[in-house]
Formats: sequence, structure tokens, C-alpha cells
Amino acid sequence: MITEKIARQASEAIDSRLRAAKFIRTALNHVFPDHWSFMLGEIALYSFMILVVTGTYLALFFHASSAKVIYNGSYHALDGQKVSVAYRSVLNICFDVPAGLLVRQMHHWAALIFLWAILAHMARIFLTAAYRKPREMNWLIGLTLLVLALVNGFFGYSMLDDLLSGTGLRIGYAILISIPLVGPWLAFLFMGGTVPNPATLPRMFALHIFLVPGLITALLGLHLFMIWRQLHTNYPGPKRTNRTIVGSRLWPAYTGKSIGLLLLVFGVIAGLGAFFQIDPVWTYGPYDPASTMAGAQPDWYLGWVEGALRLFPGVNLRLGHWLIPEIFFPAVLMPSLLFLFLYSWPFTEKLFSKDTGDQNVLRLPYEQPFLTAGGAGLFIFLLVLLVSGGDDFLALAVGGSVVEIRTILRIVVLIAPPCAAVLTYFICVRVMRRKALRTRMTSPEASAEAAAPDEMALEPRPPVDVHELTPGGE
Amino acid sequence: MTDDGKQRKSGLTAFLDLCRETLELGGKTLDFLSTAMRQMQAPRRPPEPLAKSGRSEDRELETEAQIQRRERIGTGLVICFFLLAVLGGIGFLIAYWSGRNNTQVLGGSLALFLCGMGITLVLWARLLVVQKEAVEQRHPLQSSPLAQKVAAKAFCDGAHDIRRRRLLAWMGVGGAGLFGAMVLSLLRSLGMSPDKSLYSRIWKGGQRLVTSDGKPLSLSSLETGSMVTVFPEDQIGAERAQTILVRVKEHLLQLPSERAGWAPSGYVAYSRVCTHAGCPVGEFEAEQSILLCPCHQSTFDVLRAAAPTGGPAARPLPQLPLYADADGTLRAGGGFTAPPGPGFWGIS
Ligand code: HEM
Ligand code: FES
Repeated sequence: MITEKIARQASEAIDSRLRAAKFIRTALNHVFPDHWSFMLGEIALYSFMILVVTGTYLALFFHASSAKVIYNGSYHALDGQKVSVAYRSVLNICFDVPAGLLVRQMHHWAALIFLWAILAHMARIFLTAAYRKPREMNWLIGLTLLVLALVNGFFGYSMLDDLLSGTGLRIGYAILISIPLVGPWLAFLFMGGTVPNPATLPRMFALHIFLVPGLITALLGLHLFMIWRQLHTNYPGPKRTNRTIVGSRLWPAYTGKSIGLLLLVFGVIAGLGAFFQIDPVWTYGPYDPASTMAGAQPDWYLGWVEGALRLFPGVNLRLGHWLIPEIFFPAVLMPSLLFLFLYSWPFTEKLFSKDTGDQNVLRLPYEQPFLTAGGAGLFIFLLVLLVSGGDDFLALAVGGSVVEIRTILRIVVLIAPPCAAVLTYFICVRVMRRKALRTRMTSPEASAEAAAPDEMALEPRPPVDVHELTPGGE
Repeated sequence: MTDDGKQRKSGLTAFLDLCRETLELGGKTLDFLSTAMRQMQAPRRPPEPLAKSGRSEDRELETEAQIQRRERIGTGLVICFFLLAVLGGIGFLIAYWSGRNNTQVLGGSLALFLCGMGITLVLWARLLVVQKEAVEQRHPLQSSPLAQKVAAKAFCDGAHDIRRRRLLAWMGVGGAGLFGAMVLSLLRSLGMSPDKSLYSRIWKGGQRLVTSDGKPLSLSSLETGSMVTVFPEDQIGAERAQTILVRVKEHLLQLPSERAGWAPSGYVAYSRVCTHAGCPVGEFEAEQSILLCPCHQSTFDVLRAAAPTGGPAARPLPQLPLYADADGTLRAGGGFTAPPGPGFWGIS
């Protein structure tokens, strides 16, 4: 009773100013599919929110300056050492700011989960062909979000001016400068000169906390707006056709589940930040031009580039007076081709497919063996590269020499992806045959329906149930 | 008003009731969970033609008694998790205000609070919200051809009202171009154009080789098979100026003929910055006479002008010509043979 009265008054107050009654109604009734795989995008969204919140806290205490000072803080192992202002401020966050270490570790964990969630989300979009018309734009925006997330992760752990970040920055500089023609200009634009130099950290900082997150926020808004406008896809199933959407309404079931998920993601990240140490820069020591951290590794989402750097043989290209350095091929060309392929995929696929019009019902991975096989091949390729990024550890673990292990990995990276693709293809075909067989055996009319799912769309539109529109009205 | 009062009172008693029930329900909850587990493991019903339908259809089959049971147990569970969350929240406040700054306690209690609240909400949405499968029509995204035409016409009509359109277009292009040039000029302040530092060969002829504490080196400073990092006198500690000085057996050296005089008494010097991706080439393995880069394990042959012998590097480390002056002090005979560090387009 009371709720009804308040709700009516509130909606009246809003509507009389914004003419929003219709919007509120459709918004509350917005239908979201119930399948778990739709949560992956949400997890990415929520970890981004957590990144912004924890990052803001950190930004209040972090000073991006490579000016040198003598350390004299609570971490006595480094007492009296010459460190940069940036590194000192990180130690201050870790040891002096209340809850500083917790927030810092949560921030780093949130970044890892963010990227994990984006990739899993993207895999689900790819494997269910959710990128087809009318969602091609969102595929493009999504990929750009992925690039921004990767880059911002790199900026993040490269600003701390510890030994590991110094190594990362050097390699980042080497990659930039290797680009033909414009490389030196790009490197100087971003880093302010050859590394290391005092201009670099403030630039990383501005990019990391302002420009890139701002771009991510803007593109994310666009991403979500388009999903809102186009409605989600549906997995195939009863009542799910190209012209229907089936699931729970925004209010109340989806709201409850989604806020619950937000809190759970936040909670898991808090737990990780509490109990699992991450990027302990005080043990690495300050940046020192003369040393490299033994076994330096990038965060996992860049490990595939590191792996490619190691596996690519030492050959460069001389064009008369000009040079294309060896590092260009694995670190610039290969990722560019990969992203070119991904960006163009929805459009490439159109050349081969007979789909016309909007595609609102997803395909299951086994229903499209070629695509799934390609995805599996790509996944294995990146996985082998990721493993190669730690080939020195692998050599230690299995007791071979790095040279031997690397030779093996060079072969594996070429052979394993096609094998995985072929294997996946046959598994898909098999599953598809089995399902078809079973469907035919159990219900003849169902198979007819499966053959022509669009028939369902011709059903008359169900009348709007007024009682459904007023939640809690019993 | 009376409504209000009644609600508050019944709210309180209801809460106490629920707490009591919660305790009683402890055992039953376990029952419920174990049946649920068993149901999940039970063989599925004959497969439906396409993907499985939503949970709601099972719900519609629930009897009145089952619904009541679900809601009672749901309430109990929800309260349990909420109490856990409260515990976490209080724990966090105590941990923070005690001033101990213990990461595990702070984070653990925060996690407990957030997960408790999260599970509470999810359970609520699953057990205490009437589950209805909603089916909605999608409105086609495309408008009618007429609407599309009208939209295009609105633009064209407006455009018609603009006089001297070509002039406007030229002015637009000109203004934008000028503005672009202005903005791009500002990039210069970022130090964008690569300056001499990129091409610099660091050493000047005649400079003494000094260690990181500024001590000059002479012909008697090193044993054969040992190594030290040296700098030009005026750039001690600078990253790009790091140079490796190694002493090897003179007769083993196989330098190209034009570099024959660069290794007095078996002293050779190379840039310490890896030509692959710029890490400091840290390790010297005397038996094999190779320098090893720890980043991606490139190796360079000290005896053959630091030619790459393994790993991903393709260019040799730039060499520094050396000579010994009259009293045996080691000096640079000129700059490095190439700019130090990773390669780039115009490195020549
Ligand atoms: C910052 C990273 C990203 C966030 C926060 C994000 C968020 C979301 C959310 C919340 C949804 C709706 C739920 C879902 O379908 O999972 C969604 C849908 C979608 N996303 Fe993303 N996304 C991100 C990156 C990407 C990437 C990398 C791609 C692909 C390259 C992508 C392509 C799509 C598409 C095509 C849809 C519509 C899917 C459908 O309706 O079935 N997104 N995104
Ligand atoms: S930086 Fe030396 S091998 Fe890569």
C-alpha cells in the first residue's frame, strides 16, 4: 500500500518534469536473458567500477615523479636508499596509509579480473556469433575497449618506478620505436625521449588515470546504450525467436541478481586483495638502470606478447639504409594482424554467410563448427605464446635448457593451433549429429519447429498484462 | 498512520519470529540443500527439442506447500547471510578504527560484508521473488521507409536554406586544417621530434673509462675472463651510457680487420644495452665468452664483436673503440659503432 503510494508520487514528480512515465515503465519491464554467460560482460563492467573507485583512492596518495630522494619511511629494509618520489609514494601507500595496501592489491586484482572477464565475454560473443547484425558496432566498440584495457593495465604497473616496471617500460619503448617510419616519433611523443627520462612517469599517469579511463567510460556508455536499444540476444529455445526476447524483467528479479553480482565481484576482489599478495614492489626494489629483475614477467594479459618476443627468431629486415628491427614482427605486426582479423571478422563472415536481416537468436558453438574451430585454434595459439612468455621458468621446472625448450615451443606454436582447430571441428560435427538424431527420435514436431524457428514470430503479440506492470501489487 | 504503526510493530515481531525460525530451519536448510544437490545430479528429463527452458516452468509446478516451504527456508537463508555481512561490516569498522592497519583483517572483513550482502541479494532474487518468465516482442530496429525518408529530407531542407554552401565548405576545411596544424604544433612541446639523443653514440674520443664510483681503469685493472660496467666520466650511472668492459685472451679475439686496434691487451668494450628490447645485458659467461641478456636470453659472442649467437636479438651490441694512453689508462677511441639500444627505422 505504502509502496504504491510512494511509487506513484515519485513517478508523478519525475514525469511532470521529464515526461518519463513511459520510459520508466519500459525500463522496469526491460527483459534480460537468464543464461549465465550474459554475466561475463557484467563482471567486466563491475570490475571496471571497482577499478575506478580503488584507483581514485590510490591517486590521492601516488606522486608520479621520478625525482630522486632518500627513502626514510616505515619499510626499514630500504632505509637510506636513493629512490624516486613515485616509488616512495607507493611504499607509503603500502605501509603507512590506512588500508592503503588493501586498496592497492584490490586495484591490481580488479585489473586482472577485468581483463579476464573481458576476454571470457568476448569469447562468448564470438562463439555464439552474437556479433552479427545488428550488433556489429558493439563488436567494434568492445574490441576497442579491450585494447584500451590492455594498454591501461600496462600503464598502471609501469608507473610505480620499481625494478619490474622499469623493465616493462624499456620493452614498451623498444616496441614503439621499432615501428617503421613513425616509431621514433611515437616513442618520443609518449615517453618524452629515450627511456628512462623524467617526462615519462607524469605522462603515464595522465593517460592511466584520466585519458584512457575516460575513453573507456565513454565507449562503455555507448556499448551499454546499444545493448539497451537493441535488446540482448537469446539462446535458442522455446518461445525464443528473432522477434521475441525471453528472460527476467529488470524489476525486480534482474535488479536483485545484478546488484548481488556486483557485491559478489567486489567481495571476491576484496578477499583476493586481503589474502593474496600481488606486485610486491618493495621486494623488487627501486628502478635501477644497471639491473633487470631476474625472471621479470608482465601481467598475464600481456604475456602472449612477451612469449612472441621470445619465440620470434633473431632476424631483422634491412631495406638499404633503413631497418625494420626484429622486435617489430612479433610485438607490433602479429598483434596488429590479430586485431585486424578480429575487427573485420563480422564483415568477413558476411561474405560467406547467407544470413540476412537481424540475428537475435544465438548459434550454439557446435552448430557452427568452422567458427568454433577457428576460435579454438586462436585460443591455443595465444595460450602457447603465453606459456612461452615464461619459458625460462618452464626450462627450470622441466630441467631442460632454455634453448631446447624454445625450439620445442617454436614447433608447438605452429602445429598445435591447427591440430586444436581440426579436433574441435570434428567434435562439433559429432555433437551436432548426435543432437539432431536425438531430436528426431524424441519429438517429430519439435524438429519441424527447429527447422523453421521464425514461424513462431507470426504468433499474435500477447496482450499486455496490466498486473504485471505494477510489481508487488497483490 | 495506523497502518504505519501496525507495520512497525508487526515488523519487529516478524523479525524476532524469523530469527527463531532461522535457528529451527538450520537443519531443514541442510536437508533442502542436499535434496537440491541430489536433484542436480539426478539424470535429466528426456531432452527437450532445443535448449532447456527456464526455471520458471518448474516453478509453476510447485504446490502451495512447496512454495511456502521455499519462502520460509529462503527467509532463513537470507537472514543468515545478512547477519554474516553485518559481522563483516562491524569487523571492518573495528579493524579500521583500531589503527592496526592489518591488510588481512581489513580485507577479510570487507570481503565478508560484500559477499554476505551479495549472496543475500542473489538468494532473495532467486527464492523470494516470484519467478515469471517474461516474453516480449522486439520492435524492429528499422523505422518505416517513410520515416527514413522524412529524416533525410529534414536534413536536405535545412541544407537548402544555407546560401553560398561552397564557401562554407571551403571555410570549414580551411579552419579545420588550420586548427589541426595549431594543435599538432603543440605536440612539439611534448618533445616529440626525436633529437640528437636518439642517434648519440654517447662516448667522445679520449674520454676515460670509469667505474660507477668514478674510478678510472687502466691496463692492469682486470684479470683475463672478468668483466666490469663502465661509464664515460661525464655520464656516470646513465642508462644508455652503460658499457661492458671485458678482458679476454688477446689471441682468441676475432674482430673484423678494421677494428684490429680496438682491443689493447685483450680489453674489449660493448654497449650494455641489449639491441633486442633494451634490457641491461647483465651476465658474462667467461668459459664460453658470451654475454647473456636476462630478459629474453639473447647471447652475444664477446670474441666476435658481440655478434648475436642465440635468442631473439638480431644486431650485435655496438662496440666501443679503446686505446691505452701513455700511463696505461683506458680511453675511448671514439663513439660506439652504432647508437646503443633497440633498433629503429633510421638507425643506419
Ligand atoms: C570493457 C570491457 C567490456 C564491458 C564492460 C562490456 C560489457 C557488456 C555488457 C554488460 C553486455 C551485456 C551482457 C552480456 O552480453 O554479457 C555486453 C554485451 C555485448 N558486448 Fe561487451 N563489454 C566489454 C567488452 C566487449 C568486447 C571486447 C566485445 C567484443 C569484441 C564486446 C562485444 C559485445 C557484444 C556484441 C554484446 C551484445 C551481446 C548480446 O546481446 O548477445 N564487448 N557487453
Ligand atoms: S632485451 Fe635482451 S634479449 Fe630481449
